Amino acid sequence: MSDPMQEIRASFFIECDELLEALLDGLEAMSNGGGDGETVNVVFRAVHSIKGGAGAFGLDQLVEFAHAFESAMDAVRAGQIVVDDHHIALFFQGGDTLADLVRHSREGTELDPSSYAELRAKLDAMSAEVADAPSAPSADPAGDGFAPIALDFDFGPDPERRVLITFAPDTELYQSGNEPRLILRALNALGTAEITWSLTENTSLEQMDPEAPYLAWEITLQTASQISKIEEVFEFVDGICHYQITEIDGTDHEDPASSVTLGPESVDDTPPPVVKQTAPTAIQAPAPAPNAQKSTVRVDLDRIDRLVNLVGELVINQSMLSQSVVEAGVASHTAVASGLEEFLQLTRDIQDSVMMIRAQPVKSLFQRMGRIVREASADVGKSVRLDVIGEHTEIDKTVIERLADPLTHMIRNSIDHGIESSEQRRASGKDETGVVTLSASHRSGRVLIEVSDDGGGINREKVREIAEKKGLVSPDQVLSDAETDGLLFLPGFSTADQVSNLSGRGVGMDVVKSSIASLGGRISIASTPGHGTKLSISLPLTLAVLDGMVIRSETETLVVPLGAISETLTLRREDIRPYGPDAQLLRVRDTLVPLMDLAAQLGYRPPLKDFEGSIGLLIGLEDGTQAALVVDAIEDQRQVVIKGLEQSYGSVPGIAAATILGDGQIALILDPGDLIHRAAKQTPPATPTPLEGAA
Amino acid sequence: MSLAQRTKTDDLQSANTAEQIELLTFHAGQQEYAVDIMSVREIRGWTKTTSLPHAPSFVHGVINLRGTVLPVIDLARRLEISDEPPQDRDAIIVVDAIGRTVGLRVDSVSDILTLPSDELRLPPEIAGTDAQDFLSAITLIDERMVRVLDLSSVMPEDEQIS
Repeated sequence: MSDPMQEIRASFFIECDELLEALLDGLEAMSNGGGDGETVNVVFRAVHSIKGGAGAFGLDQLVEFAHAFESAMDAVRAGQIVVDDHHIALFFQGGDTLADLVRHSREGTELDPSSYAELRAKLDAMSAEVADAPSAPSADPAGDGFAPIALDFDFGPDPERRVLITFAPDTELYQSGNEPRLILRALNALGTAEITWSLTENTSLEQMDPEAPYLAWEITLQTASQISKIEEVFEFVDGICHYQITEIDGTDHEDPASSVTLGPESVDDTPPPVVKQTAPTAIQAPAPAPNAQKSTVRVDLDRIDRLVNLVGELVINQSMLSQSVVEAGVASHTAVASGLEEFLQLTRDIQDSVMMIRAQPVKSLFQRMGRIVREASADVGKSVRLDVIGEHTEIDKTVIERLADPLTHMIRNSIDHGIESSEQRRASGKDETGVVTLSASHRSGRVLIEVSDDGGGINREKVREIAEKKGLVSPDQVLSDAETDGLLFLPGFSTADQVSNLSGRGVGMDVVKSSIASLGGRISIASTPGHGTKLSISLPLTLAVLDGMVIRSETETLVVPLGAISETLTLRREDIRPYGPDAQLLRVRDTLVPLMDLAAQLGYRPPLKDFEGSIGLLIGLEDGTQAALVVDAIEDQRQVVIKGLEQSYGSVPGIAAATILGDGQIALILDPGDLIHRAAKQTPPATPTPLEGAA
Repeated sequence: MSLAQRTKTDDLQSANTAEQIELLTFHAGQQEYAVDIMSVREIRGWTKTTSLPHAPSFVHGVINLRGTVLPVIDLARRLEISDEPPQDRDAIIVVDAIGRTVGLRVDSVSDILTLPSDELRLPPEIAGTDAQDFLSAITLIDERMVRVLDLSSVMPEDEQIS
């Protein structure tokens, strides 16, 4: 990314994401009836800024749509349209389309204009409606044909006043896609304006820089509005143009912001068209309002990762230091020991804070789900509302990114299968509008995300029937309710009667389950017939650390993810049955599971003949596969910092990653799933290697 | 003879026609090798490695290099010239090659040579050995033959890893 233009472009798109978020927030507030003037402004500003940026990058399609959207929003902002639910729905669609267009622009593709032509037409109709409204006669020197509209303001009728406004755009004003004409039009809308223009420099046409602004305007406005209203017109171009608002004659002193001394009384009612500085009492453009929002810094993810690594290193170093202090025989009440204790505390605080940097609120993810709900409910013709709880809960950025697909699938499932049709809902005495609730919360060091619906709940008889039909359970098997619900997660299970557009594309809940598992998470389902279904996902706070069991295999120390271990066993000879020439099965209560000698599997030593007294870790995989892993000793259970192996070396069969232990040594983190599947496929180790050299 | 003197003679001989290059020389399996000093990141003492399952025998394993996982390659085994187990006085030269960083286990690090690049000769191709595959050049310095390693070929290939 050495090209500065690329960087600016990239940051524009990041900004777009933020603006779209603000846009949806605003619409949400408006739809809940909370939309005051400022909310409308926020929405308008978001669309306007996207349009501005898009203009600078020549993204015509985006500019065009944003413009239509903006015009419609502008009408709302000016109070010319009373917003009802229909409008809000339209604006939400507009927001979604805008997001699509932004995405297409980012990828350099075009969105098929016909996909939003209808919406576009509706938006245009909204702004056109306004333009056609009866209007006062206006002075229109630019020949724009616009119609000023008398506005209702929330204060009493003010005495008319005359205001002289000078307005000279900077180059940036044009570059950011602003249009002076719109500003002039907005001024005219405040009253009756007389507009004259002048050249800012007396340059001949040949000498003019085609990209530099040479025009300035002077507007004499006969208005009842307060100065602050006029200043609002310049809100979006503040800092990228020169403007001065001067009251030349008036009686109104209500506005406390304008400590206006009246202009010279000699000034005629119609001031000369070109006046450089008529009044001595100019109201300067107001300083930008202090930003009420939390200020943020955009940081390259690589830098944060580097910091995370360094802190991981610090933690390791600290534990090495503690170890050597203990070995040196320092008594626990000495200054060294207490200093070390403080150091330990500090290191932990730093580690926590650094991990927090990577954490982001789930809000952006939840907003995307809002769209899924809107689209999915429209597709199946059900009326569904999304309730969101705990959108400020923070999770690791990577986790958020990788949650989008499973969540989408779960929500679609809820709408398609969970929520009943309006008739059914009415019949069972429920509100016609179904509710899908998406919630996030922190629960004992993990993040809990729940998707629940108030639908009909799981039809267990049907689930059972399908499972039997597909041979997933035998007809005589007795299953508890929870076990029946669990069948939904089995591969190849889909309850949809017919394949609908939403779900039933062969991608089932098993895919959801495995993608959650790949994030170190667990998923569970709970359902009450007639009252709905709740899917709960429990996730680790970060992908950077892992709860693991530190084990020894031959001379090597390894880490097994704690989540994969269902129990630990001491092996007894009578529980082991030979199975083929060199395989064994272990009897665990009433099941037999394959026994795998970890050290042999990893090529550390030839397989053991006698496992008596060894330790077995019973591994349960997400797909139901079980195996017992033979290890030499269990050393510790602790949180480890995950270090990838792929970048520095490459992927290693059966190994997920590496970590650094307290003694500074690297320990490998096992990937039990890969290990077991490889063993099951009977793949011999790629290169059986003697390890006598690795002292 | 000191390094400075030798450099001077070299300068005179080449009459400033060729670019000067700097090589770090070291011993592996009783032979003298060199790498371009620009690819050397650091030199460190031997530490115990964590072996990687199913890795080729010349990959000792990985070590902790200030928080990053560094693979260590046994150069003598890689070049198939010796199969000595590592000793505490061995050294690890951390080098960058083809976008990756690896450690090379060597017997000892000797010194730094500055010589004109035109004194480097292409390694001769000899039947019965693929030694030249790992070399980018050879040069004679005071009766010593120094073999300049081609670092990219020393790296394990992907199919050797998994």
